[in-house]
Amino acid sequence: MAVRTDLVPDGAAQRPSAADRLLGPHRGNERMRAVVDVVMRLVSLAAAIVVIVPLVAIVGYVLVKGLPTLTLEFLTHASGNTESPGALNAILGSLQMVPVALLIGGSLGLLAGIYLAEYAGPRMAAGGTFLVDVLLGVPSILAGVLVYATLVTYWTGSSAIAGSVALAVVMFPIVIRASEEVLRLVPGSIREASLALGIARWRTVVSVVVPVARAGLLTGIMLAFARGFGETAPLLFTARGSESLNVGDFSSPMAALPLFVYQNSRLPDRTFVAQAWSAAIVLLAIVLAINVIVRGRSVGSRVE
Amino acid sequence: MTTDEQRSVAPAQAPTAEAAAGGTGAASPKIEVRDLDVYYGAFRAVKGVTMAVRPRSVTAVIGPSGCGKSTFLRTLNRMHELAPKARVEGTVLLDGANVYDPAVDPVRLRRYVGMVFQRPNPFPTMSIYDNVVAGIRLAGRSSRSELDGIVERSLRRAALWNEVKDKLREPGTSLSGGQQQRLCIARAIAVDPEVVLMDEPASALDPVATLRIEELIAELRTNYTIVIVTHNMQQAGRVSDETAFFTMDEDRAGYLVEFGPTREIFTNPREQLTEDYVSGRFG
Repeated sequence: MAVRTDLVPDGAAQRPSAADRLLGPHRGNERMRAVVDVVMRLVSLAAAIVVIVPLVAIVGYVLVKGLPTLTLEFLTHASGNTESPGALNAILGSLQMVPVALLIGGSLGLLAGIYLAEYAGPRMAAGGTFLVDVLLGVPSILAGVLVYATLVTYWTGSSAIAGSVALAVVMFPIVIRASEEVLRLVPGSIREASLALGIARWRTVVSVVVPVARAGLLTGIMLAFARGFGETAPLLFTARGSESLNVGDFSSPMAALPLFVYQNSRLPDRTFVAQAWSAAIVLLAIVLAINVIVRGRSVGSRVE
Repeated sequence: MTTDEQRSVAPAQAPTAEAAAGGTGAASPKIEVRDLDVYYGAFRAVKGVTMAVRPRSVTAVIGPSGCGKSTFLRTLNRMHELAPKARVEGTVLLDGANVYDPAVDPVRLRRYVGMVFQRPNPFPTMSIYDNVVAGIRLAGRSSRSELDGIVERSLRRAALWNEVKDKLREPGTSLSGGQQQRLCIARAIAVDPEVVLMDEPASALDPVATLRIEELIAELRTNYTIVIVTHNMQQAGRVSDETAFFTMDEDRAGYLVEFGPTREIFTNPREQLTEDYVSGRFG
């Protein structure tokens, strides 16, 4: 019978039988390996629990604290209402400023992503991608400071449009990065097929490449949308917040849900603080809804 | 297209003259390549190619892997220059007009010189119908009333009509590989090109689908000038009128060893290298 010798160290002339090799006494490090295996599993499980607990706790705590004051009046009165203040101005503020921000940040971000993925040379693309990555890591309050130092100071003053621009600055890198990445996933053979038909470069991008990447592009834009709802810092020096209802006047200050949470939680009154929690519920519901829609979309397109 | 007679009858290099003499007619060449060098950055991938392609004929380009056949093919409709740092020296004349003239728009050139690729690549978001008319619609010559006719004619020419006529609205990617490749051929000829370049169009297909593509090439040659790259010598022998044999030199640059009527290349080549290759001694 042929005997494998490549598994035994040189000079180990005596070979155990096949059964002994598998069932015989462990060499020391094998038992150790099993122990390490179990320890690793437990440690990573513990870490997973530690991470999940706060997540569940946040949702639970917010619900417990906020539900009692989440009344119809809360949803239908502005915070300036002296008899029964609510958060309608903040809800409507967010629903106005964030879509406008998405219009600015989403369209410019998409175009920039298209540039990086479709037009930029290798060096330019690498540099651009690096800058976008840096931008992704910039604290969002700096977006607010930037808009404050420019737009607010020299032109608009505290206003909803300044808030939207600040939110758009936060959205840029998210949309750029996401669209660049999904466009790079579109096979080059599709572009070649189009160009070889005598279709111009821009038309190839608009009518062939972008439709293929559509699902991914929408996902990136929706994620930026959700992010915009949750951002507080960019609005602090820009939209500033407002106690009264502001519908459509982008040259005046406007309230927003995260601002409402921040500002109300600092007021010396139990009811106001409780309302901050209620606003947090509304905020969470909006962000969760967007995320669920995005997840549903991306799962759907994967099946496709 | 304008034919610049003066340029097309300019003194031809030796291989060109022989090729023309070996052909059935003395018609001026559809494509004439002169002293073509192709570079990727500093690397010369193809050197010194001079040959002429007769109109309404099938010209096969054969040779071992890496000899620059595909690169050469892609210089004919300037798809080659999409690669970073790619450049070309020499001339490629289409009906006597230099396609590398700075005034020539490659987008326009590609409407006359279409291309079919190795792997079927229908547009994934488009239906069969939309795939066929994509070139017409997206190149801006949309004449809605004619589209139905163009779709039927192109699919018939690509020998696909009977299989898809009842499901034109289904996605192009729902077809089998061989059908997808015929769809890509239909898409290429829908814009009414004069030349169709084929880069190993059957190498990703099974033998039955391959046979259908070869039959199709034989039919297409009555209307189009076809240049086909293949590493399948039997296929070159079956479909082509003339054959160009490329190989790789010591500096890794591909060059044209021999060009002539297919029968002669396969039965009575002039060059020892060609004989070695077609008899299976290397490559």
